[in-house]
Amino acid sequence: MKIALCIKQVPDTTDIKWTEHNTIQREGVESVINPYDTYAAELALNLKSQIEGSHITVFTMGPTQAESMLRKTMALGCDSAVLISDKKFAGSDTYATGLTISRAIRTVMPDFDLIVCGQFAVDGDTAQTGPAIANFLDIPQVTYVKDCIDCSDKNLTLTRELEDGIETVKVSTPALICVMKQDFETCRAKINGIISAAKKPVRICTMEDIGLTPEKTGIKGSPTYVSKAFRNVSTHNAKKYKMNTADSVQLLRETIEKHSGGCDE
Amino acid sequence: MSEYSGILIYAQVTREDYIHTVFFELVDKAKELSKKLNGAEVNAVIFCRPGLTRTFTEAFQNKGVNKVYCFEDEKLANYSTDYYSKLLVDLVGVIKPEILLIGATNQGRDLAPRVSGALGTGLTADCIELDINEKGQLAATRPTFGGQLMATILCKTYPQMATVRPNVFKVNQQDCFVQTEIVSCPVNISYLKNNVEIVDFKKTIDTVINDLDSAEIIVAGGKGMKNEKGFELLKKFAGSIGATVAATRTAVEMGLAPQSIQVGQTGKTVKPRVYIACGISGAIQHTVGMSGSEHIIAINNDENAPIFDIADTGIVGDVFEILPAYLNYHG
Repeated sequence: MKIALCIKQVPDTTDIKWTEHNTIQREGVESVINPYDTYAAELALNLKSQIEGSHITVFTMGPTQAESMLRKTMALGCDSAVLISDKKFAGSDTYATGLTISRAIRTVMPDFDLIVCGQFAVDGDTAQTGPAIANFLDIPQVTYVKDCIDCSDKNLTLTRELEDGIETVKVSTPALICVMKQDFETCRAKINGIISAAKKPVRICTMEDIGLTPEKTGIKGSPTYVSKAFRNVSTHNAKKYKMNTADSVQLLRETIEKHSGGCDE
Repeated sequence: MSEYSGILIYAQVTREDYIHTVFFELVDKAKELSKKLNGAEVNAVIFCRPGLTRTFTEAFQNKGVNKVYCFEDEKLANYSTDYYSKLLVDLVGVIKPEILLIGATNQGRDLAPRVSGALGTGLTADCIELDINEKGQLAATRPTFGGQLMATILCKTYPQMATVRPNVFKVNQQDCFVQTEIVSCPVNISYLKNNVEIVDFKKTIDTVINDLDSAEIIVAGGKGMKNEKGFELLKKFAGSIGATVAATRTAVEMGLAPQSIQVGQTGKTVKPRVYIACGISGAIQHTVGMSGSEHIIAINNDENAPIFDIADTGIVGDVFEILPAYLNYHG
């Protein structure tokens, strides 16, 4: 099975710092692989181990620094990597990003069987790029994938974790799947994996390489744009109480009763 | 001037054959937007099995939906990305709405990007506010960077598409009756293949899971609940006050709770009367999903935890002392 794994480098959003002007401080912020993409990588590697002769190519769209993340992912057992990078891609929204990545996959790996993405990226959290890629390649998509319970080159049986329950679906390849958190253990790079990953080439794809024009990507190719950005400020007024356990319980009881309109005994 | 007019809203039909509440929340919001668009029509589109649409007629009329475009077919009884997106794209091509709104449910988030891609138009996901600006454009505000930054996004193309999570907008209790026109649309899908076949569905048994939307009181646990025993304690406490249990992403990732009860940026948005955050530090990824609660109680032994910045009542103390003591006195 020929698998295209799409990953994204994101700022570590648990460690955001603010400037005096309520804008996000971007200098010195650590970049990490989007956590959902690690689940996607695990699922792709699992499939590779189950289907003989499988091959995984990792794709990412971003600045040249993203190469280190591609190497780390190859060290887990992926075979090759593509860095979709061009200054002209800057400012792409999800539509333009979906188009750009789909073109790169079509250019580098026209005979792919499966595209694996994370369900969300923690910085934008739009959950749109995966389905957008599937749309541009005109292939079926399965979102919210929890696990793959049966696989062959031609078909996949997948479970989806939805709001109301667990759905099992069957899809034929080529297809795109978006992966949720996995139950199995996170893969770790082995020493020989790290050594061989350092030797593997990372192919760079520019706008011209994938046959796009400036009108189709970046800011010009994006139908949406940010008109303003502002800090999210809470309107709740905290009162902090530091008391003994009995008084805390009393306060908890009273607060629940006062604000819920009474509660069950 | 654009040839596009009117607001089209996707009416998602649930597996139990009712219309998802997020639709009604969107209709009320659209009615507001319509006033700033010279009274633009507020219309709905529905996909379902034959005969189902008319059972919703009263609900559509009471909410003031002008037209309902219905696609009825046995093949549309279950959601299919392929069928639904194709038919919706065709409909938009014919009726040309200026705004297309879809609930950001699992289904909506699967459908919307597919439709936006096929239409070549922009989509703003998971909005928390929708407005019409002075130029008559849809101004869609959404959280980014884990909810720490809000961005107002405009769209250069039509229809301007947006998704909104359930519970972000309140349903207006006042009705505004209109005579709804039901428009039967031809289902031309015989040439299409449904590529994803549903082979099984298991409703999640844990009943607490689906109650978050309507819960009056929510008890949520984070990393500070430490382990399964901690979550058992949380559930007991919740049970004693008739509350529904929720969890943070960290707790879900620690395997303490299922993803379906996760509240926050990558989970659900909730607005109960009382939200009791137990052992939750208050990372913005979590608080963005619960800060709309009417009253927030936080219990945490770290008095510097950011959760206290958004709480109404902050109790500095050990959950593992306070909750058992509560159950002793009142349980």
